[in-house]
Amino acid sequence: MKKQLRNPGLWLALAITAAFALWPALASNRAYARETSFTILKAVAFAASLNILLGFTGYVSFGHIVFLGLGGYVGFYLMDTFGLHLALAALAGGLSSAILAFLLGKAILRLRGAYFALATIGVNEAMRAFIKNFEPFGGPIGMTLNFGVYRAYGGPDQALWMAYIGTALLTIVVVLVSFLVKTSRFGLGLMAIRENEDAAEVMGVVAPNAKTWAYVLSAVFPGILGVLFFFKNGNIEPRDAFVLHQSIEGIVMVMLGGHGTVLGPILGAAAYQRLRGLLLVSPLFKNIQLAVAGVLLLIIILFIPAGAVGWLRTRFSRLRRVLV
Amino acid sequence: MLVPSLMDGLLLGFVYGIAAMGLSLIWGVMDVINLAHGPIIALGMFGIYLGFTGLGLNPYLMLILVIGGGLLLGVLIYWVAVHRVINAPHLSTLLATFAVNMIIIGIATAIFTTSPRNVDFNLGGFPVGPITLPWTRILAALASVLVTALLYLFLYQTRPGKAIRAVSDNRAAAELMGIPTSWILALAFGLGTMLAAISGGLISTFFPFTILAGSSYELKSFVICVLGGLGNPLGALIGGLLLGALEGIIPAFMETSWVPVLEFVLFVLILLVRPQGLLGSKT
Repeated sequence: MKKQLRNPGLWLALAITAAFALWPALASNRAYARETSFTILKAVAFAASLNILLGFTGYVSFGHIVFLGLGGYVGFYLMDTFGLHLALAALAGGLSSAILAFLLGKAILRLRGAYFALATIGVNEAMRAFIKNFEPFGGPIGMTLNFGVYRAYGGPDQALWMAYIGTALLTIVVVLVSFLVKTSRFGLGLMAIRENEDAAEVMGVVAPNAKTWAYVLSAVFPGILGVLFFFKNGNIEPRDAFVLHQSIEGIVMVMLGGHGTVLGPILGAAAYQRLRGLLLVSPLFKNIQLAVAGVLLLIIILFIPAGAVGWLRTRFSRLRRVLV
Repeated sequence: MLVPSLMDGLLLGFVYGIAAMGLSLIWGVMDVINLAHGPIIALGMFGIYLGFTGLGLNPYLMLILVIGGGLLLGVLIYWVAVHRVINAPHLSTLLATFAVNMIIIGIATAIFTTSPRNVDFNLGGFPVGPITLPWTRILAALASVLVTALLYLFLYQTRPGKAIRAVSDNRAAAELMGIPTSWILALAFGLGTMLAAISGGLISTFFPFTILAGSSYELKSFVICVLGGLGNPLGALIGGLLLGALEGIIPAFMETSWVPVLEFVLFVLILLVRPQGLLGSKT
């Protein structure tokens, strides 16, 4: 543990994340900067959690957004109906996603490669269709937070800052966890599974357990994130909570930065969100921003499959100490 | 109540089958899951729409153009997006085809917007006992059967078709026998997208649609492929009929909105219990 903490790569990753988080404190228009930073931190936390499964273990979860949606729904329901405090609701959201991942993990992680990817899409669609019909969660209309709920936190403005600080802390924790996983014995087991699952099992990695725990770890943070995000939003609907597209955007962020690295998803998520923001306001690209993002993704997949950080690591071997 | 909705479902099932067959063919030949399938279905719909409202062409005549366009588009997608990563891990091909999905949807949304369209085309109905079936659906089902028959004829009786089967069996051995495998893969990809475009075109003759409509048919195609076995074209048609029948029967017992829940639960269950599909994979 002590030796891990002396790794400069960890501190670089944490410093970059903290810089995103602290930016609103220094900006002139603080509320605006907070919204921008919120989007970036949300993307970083989601991408870094996804990376635990996608990057370290090599399993492609195409429907990872299901954990954000389910966690968000559970937490939202508890806040809306029982007036539970945001912090407790967030933990409950994370827990429910973790339980779903644990149960699913026992079942669908037996599938390999494309079959697993297809199954995760199926899980996300099944969950969305189910929630649409589930009356306690508001069915197709969803739920809207009563404005009075924010009063308990000292007004809407205070509440938004609280959700922001929660997200910032969560993002730092995700980065720390993903570093600890990568440098631990457990993480080495995961990477062995990624390279060759059968060989890993022969070497003594208990693959079914390791995969399930990796899945649970990568699900718990999106669950918490979902509660914070939808609390800030004030309402939740099946249409917004289980957007398959966002899952894939998460994969794009991980690929852009470099899968299987700690720093990659952070840079990839920030760069992708920044680029999307720029395209959305540019008069030339506004209408075809999706197509531009598609072209970019295609270029990365075809020519730099290891992502930015991965490319730097292979090109300049000295940087490997710093870029974990 | 049950019989007409079951008939409707079965006729629709043939068209679903064609869409799934395209996905299944590409998977069977080159182990690629084509995530650009949905947008191509939507392009098929818009092809018929433009021909019908713009040029006043009969939809079935226009379908011939859509078939040609679908084939060419598929070959193009293969060379641009898939060829470089054909031997890479699954993630690469999934993301490459998804990038194509984003490009098509991005450009087409800018051109057509996402407002709903429909092909205002009606051939009347065909009375079968107490119920009446719309001719457009009967013709769509017949066209689907015809396309399936032609596909099998092509795969089993012609040289390029046999080459596709050889490449799907063993790419390296096929290459050694002098088959230009890359072109054969491109052809197979083209045939897969062609089938998607045909199904989109046929659906457009009886359902309204938007440019984003393809994605729900793409998801149905996944379900069907898993029902019929990935990489088994005939299984896809049978899977399509099964799904169509389910969609016809379920509303008789519960709210229509539960249909997708059952579909996707079934999908995940089959993946778990019999990943090779109910009918087994590959022919």
